[in-house]
Amino acid sequence: MDRIPILKMGHCLLVTIQIDLLDQTALALQDDLSERIAATAAQGVLIDISALEVVDSFVGRILASISGISGIMGATLVVVGMQPAVAITLVELGLSLDGVRTALDVERGMALLSGDERSRGGH
Amino acid sequence: MKQENALFDDVLKAAPGDFLTSWLSEATQSGDSASVAKTAPQDAQELLDSLQEAVRADADLTRFDDDAWSRTRSVLAELSQSRAAQGASAGETSYFVLAIKRPLFAGLRKLLDGSPQHAFDAVWAASTLVDRMAQWTATTYQRSREDVILRQQQELLELSTPVVKLWDGVLAVPMIGTLDSSRTQLVMESLLTRIVETGSELAIIDITGVPTVDTLVAQHLLKTVTAIRLMGADCIISGIRPQIAQTIVQLGIDLQGIITKATLADALSLALKKGGWVFSRPAR
Repeated sequence: MDRIPILKMGHCLLVTIQIDLLDQTALALQDDLSERIAATAAQGVLIDISALEVVDSFVGRILASISGISGIMGATLVVVGMQPAVAITLVELGLSLDGVRTALDVERGMALLSGDERSRGGH
Repeated sequence: MKQENALFDDVLKAAPGDFLTSWLSEATQSGDSASVAKTAPQDAQELLDSLQEAVRADADLTRFDDDAWSRTRSVLAELSQSRAAQGASAGETSYFVLAIKRPLFAGLRKLLDGSPQHAFDAVWAASTLVDRMAQWTATTYQRSREDVILRQQQELLELSTPVVKLWDGVLAVPMIGTLDSSRTQLVMESLLTRIVETGSELAIIDITGVPTVDTLVAQHLLKTVTAIRLMGADCIISGIRPQIAQTIVQLGIDLQGIITKATLADALSLALKKGGWVFSRPAR
């Protein structure tokens, strides 16, 4: 089973999903991220889903729970690069991913996170 | 060949010139418009040929849906489509087909002068066949008109929801007409795609042209806004007319924190402010 790599960039963790997200992979990502946030004391997590053409309700819920987990551990999650078809599907499924912050692309996502850092009086 | 088919074949080949003349004079009596009457002779000839072909191939005269009649059916379909495109009515088009009864009955009567019972059966068979042909023509006519209407509807749908770039990072969608689920789908797809293409963070949906907003329409709007937010952009709804505002309040519709403005100008002003733009007008 492929595990999705997590990169560290400053105080943020960067995850780019390039493969189809199977249920197991999504759960593994949730585990791995929780570990890495704790290990690095990260303050931001950015998940790029621009390569995902399909997001089902399971993945939607995983993203929401990663957001909750990160929040509890003191990090902010931003999901970027959602494709229009995916957004439409999620809305049709009734998943508005409340509490999950989103941005159009990685650049804006990082800007959002560093803005957060600054307002928190970060390093 | 079956006996009846042979009989019909005799009628059709007896005096083709007279047959066509009699048919055309009967058909144009119904007042076909001039342009349609021009192509009538070729249409009649083609139809006659296809009939002869089918009759000689021993096609069953009572079953017009059989494969043996497929050429006749396609000739009739083409005829009705071209007449529909020229603006002829369904009545005129099917009357053209029905008019063949005149020469057909006359021909049968001549051949079967001495045997009235036989003549009656033959005329009945001829009449039913021609009626079925006319029905087929009318049905195809209906269908091609419906196709035209459907195509126009589709074009109308696409034309009435353009996504325009109002400013750097600001897109606007002026909605015209009722907002139903198919329209919403179209708007969502085109707007979201443009958001990604242009990297715009703000979309303004203007509903000045939407006549009524009920709970269903509000749902569609909210769906669109949710999708926009999911992608990381935001949305302002403008063009809220007083009656619409009253309806929304009366129905208790929750707009879930979407910013709304009365006019597109107000929405643009807000969008620019959010983007950090400062405008000044020097004193004159």
